[in-house]
Parts: sequence; structure tokens; C-alpha cells
Amino acid sequence: MSSPIRALPPADDPFPRAWWPRVTMVLVAVYVVYACAQLDVSWERVQTGLANAAHFFGRLFPPNFTRWELLLKGLLESLQIAVLASTLGIALALPLGLLGARNLMPAWVSWPARAIVVVARSLHPVIVAILFVKAVGFGALAGILALTVASVGFIGKLFTEAIEEISLKQVEAVRATGAPFFSVLGYGVLPQVFSRFIGFATYQLDSNLRNSTMVGIVGAGGIGGTLFAAFQRFDYDFVCAILIAIISLIMLGELFATAVRAIFIGNATLADLFRRGAGGRRDRLVEDD
Amino acid sequence: MSAASLAGIDREWRRFTPAQRVARFAVYFVIVAAIVAAAQTIEIIPEFLADAPEQVADLLSRMWPVDWGDYADDVHGALVETLHIASLGTLLALVMAVPVGILAAHNLVRSTPLNLFAKLILVSSRSVNSLVWALLFVGIFGPGALAGTLAIAFRSIGFVGKLVGEALEEAQPGPIEALTATGAPWRSILLYGYWPQVKPAFWSIALFRWDINVRESAVLGLVGAGGIGMALDAALNLFQWPKVALILIAILAIVIVAEVVVTQIRKRMI
Repeated sequence: MSSPIRALPPADDPFPRAWWPRVTMVLVAVYVVYACAQLDVSWERVQTGLANAAHFFGRLFPPNFTRWELLLKGLLESLQIAVLASTLGIALALPLGLLGARNLMPAWVSWPARAIVVVARSLHPVIVAILFVKAVGFGALAGILALTVASVGFIGKLFTEAIEEISLKQVEAVRATGAPFFSVLGYGVLPQVFSRFIGFATYQLDSNLRNSTMVGIVGAGGIGGTLFAAFQRFDYDFVCAILIAIISLIMLGELFATAVRAIFIGNATLADLFRRGAGGRRDRLVEDD
Repeated sequence: MSAASLAGIDREWRRFTPAQRVARFAVYFVIVAAIVAAAQTIEIIPEFLADAPEQVADLLSRMWPVDWGDYADDVHGALVETLHIASLGTLLALVMAVPVGILAAHNLVRSTPLNLFAKLILVSSRSVNSLVWALLFVGIFGPGALAGTLAIAFRSIGFVGKLVGEALEEAQPGPIEALTATGAPWRSILLYGYWPQVKPAFWSIALFRWDINVRESAVLGLVGAGGIGMALDAALNLFQWPKVALILIAILAIVIVAEVVVTQIRKRMI
């Protein structure tokens, strides 16, 4: 073993770096400066803002719960909007999602259904709420209809995708027995998509709960109107109370959604929920927010 | 096995145990009760519902013909401002969310209090709607695009941080152990061990959030936080319906363009 170790040929850099990350970094930096200039964002504004922030947060605390009746009424209305919008949205989205599935339906049926879902998805719920406030007047009904549209867009899209991903073997087997169309759906298609359906239905309930606390800003009912009014009257301590109430409501909603998922997807019992702290199998849904 | 010992066993096959069936029934019961209670107590004014078709027809007739002439004057600038708010807000969110995401990943930061603290930040960021964030920042910084950008950024921290944290937790320990064995400092471990593993997830999260932010930044102006929503609010308050129609079409167009761009980039990347 006396042969000398051969020296490596000299190299400047054995791992040359790619040039494009640096170019991208420079481009991003240039864009940030340009956009800040366009938006009139400057350090002075941030500084004066931060001085305001101290004052603002000082007035936010302590939260003021003296008008709790108004708060509770708004929260209840938000909850009603979320429940009814989810129900209506799911009821409308299921047939639409089924009609949009290209593996079960002919093209002349699936395209119109998909078009409706795309339109329902592309407008922000608040903008839809503005239109419904004009159509049916101020109040909870406008909020319900706006969030129904949003739910149709979201659930319709995901339901279509879920159905398009099913295995057709079961469907064929049920068809081979001579089952009519609705039995094929009931025994061949729906059992395959049921757990995913539970996943996005609970997610949509959550999402509607969040949005129902907001549509009130444009007059469509719920706690949002109270919040906006409190902001405009600079009742910041009441604003803080409303925010705390909204966050608690949303967290309760999330707990409920997790429990439903644990029961239907993880086959948990009620006792399991308390034992594992509403755990069960976690399934993630990275589709929308 | 005698017949007597089998007698106690339920011969009929059931998919779920009685306890599971009770749990399912409880969920159905809660849902039905909630729907019935909500439907009975909600305040709906029947007169408003009755003249809804008339109102919609009125709305559409006022919106038509769409006022295309206004586009160059004040809609285009507001639209570009909306895009700037969405992009700057997303960049700022990425910068702020990555440290929080790292803190939330329990395989990287082995301290439960720090993990929980990071999770608390993420949950509160997501629980507050972007319009409410915008209201807060308008209160602090005054009306304008700065408030909108910060609202978008703070709302996005929760989303980006949560997904980055989850991506980090799913990273394979092999490369990390190899790097640790060489005595690499933590910065190198992060940069050469974790980053290559989460890079695809990171860029797809960033693009996805940008797409959402374009939608959201279009409405922030309703509470005074800049962008095309401010033009929409002004047009609504002045009952300039043809202009409202134009702005709605502009928003729809920009949202669809953003979605197409993101889908195309994702297709190229994957």
C-alpha cells in the first residue's frame, strides 16, 4: 500500500453555485424598492405608525365586555349565517360537483356545471355579499346567500376532483349487477369519496364561520357590522372584546370540526374524543384558505 | 367450543361498535339541531326577499352598459396597486413566517414551550380575518396601501408558517444526521440539510398564498386599506353602477389571470 494518493486536479470551486438564485434575489430586491416607492411606503410612515401603535394598543386594553348583549346577538347571527350557508352550500354543491365529474358525466353536462363552480369560486365572498345586499337588502339573508355561493365554489370543485380520482372498479362491479344509476352512485361512488367529503365539509364550515364574522362589514349581517361600527366610533376596547369573542368562536368551531373528522374518518367514539383530546387521525387539506 | 359459548356473541356483522354509532348519531343530532335552530331564529324580512328579482334586474340594468372609458383614468392604477399589495404582502409574510415555522417544527426546535408559542402565533394570525387585520392596521398607520400590505402579510403568516413547519417536520432525518456528524454549525444544517428538502414545498406554498392574496387584496380597500377595493367602495357609495361593473370585471380578470399564472408556474416546477 505504498502508492501515493493521487492529488486531485486543482479546481477553483468544486461546487459552483447556480447564478439564477442570485439574479432572482436581486430582482426581488429591486421589485421591493420599486413597489414601496409606488405604494408610498416609507420608513417615516412606519415610524409614525409605530408611535400610533403604542397609543392604539393602549386603548385596545382592557377589553370592554359591558355591551355583551350586543356582542352575543352578533355572534349568534354569525353562527346562524355560517350554519345555514354551509347547509345550503353543501346541498347545492353535491349535485353540481357530481355533474362536473368528467369520468361519470358526458361533456355537455360537465362543462356547464364546472363553469358555475368556477364563477362561484372566483369572486371574493365580500364582493358577492355587496351584490346580495343590493339584491335582498341589509341583513343576514345577504350574508347567507354570499357564503352559500362561496361554499358552492369550494365544495363543488373539491367534490368534482374527489369523484374524478375514484377507482372505477367498484362502479363497474355495481353496474354489472344491473343496478340503476342511483344505486351505482350510492354503493359505487359515494362510499369512496365519503371521508374526503367529511374533510372538506368540516373545513368549509370553519371557513364560513370565519367569513360570517366579516360579511357584516358590508351590511350582510353578523358580528362584522358591530365590529366595523365600533371601529368607526373608536370604541377600541369594545373592538378588543369583539375580537376575543370572534377568535374564541372560531376556535370552538375548529374543535367541533376536529371532533367530527375524528368520529367519521378516524372511527372514534365519544369517549375517545375526551381521552385523546379531540385528536384522531389528522388529515390535511391544502386546497384553499 | 360449545354452542352455549357462542350464544353470547352477536352473530350479525355490524360495521361500527355501539359506541361508534352513538358518536355518529351525536354528530348528526348536533348538525340537525343547529340547522333547525338557526333556520327558526334567523331574522329574514320577507318583503325584501319578495322583491329580490326586481332588485337584481334593476341592478343589472343600472350596470349596463359597462363604463369602459373609466379604466385608464382610475381603475388601472388601483388594479396595479392591488397587485403590489398582494406581492409585497406575500414577500413580507414569507420573511416573517419562516422563523415562526422553524420554531413550530418540533424536530428542529426541541422545546415544547417554544413550539407552543409559535403555534399560538400561527393560530392567532389565521383566526383574524384579513379584513379585520386591515381595520387594525388602518387604525395604526392610517388609510392606504401600507395598511393593506401589512394586513396581507400578517394574515399570511399563519398559513405559510403552518405549512412550512409541517414541511420541516416531514424532512428526512438522514441528511440532517450526516451533517450533524461532520460537526456542521446549525446554519449549515438548516441551509444544506433542511432547505433542499423543503424547497419545492416552500415555493408552492408561496405561489399558492400569492394567488389567495390577490383575491384578498382586492377587497381590503373596502375598509380603506388601498387597492382596487377603494375604487369599488367609492363607486358604490356614489351609486356609479357602470363603474362598479367595470371594477368587478377587472377584479374577476385579475383573479383568473393570477390563478392561470400560478397553475402554469407550478406545472413547470413539478
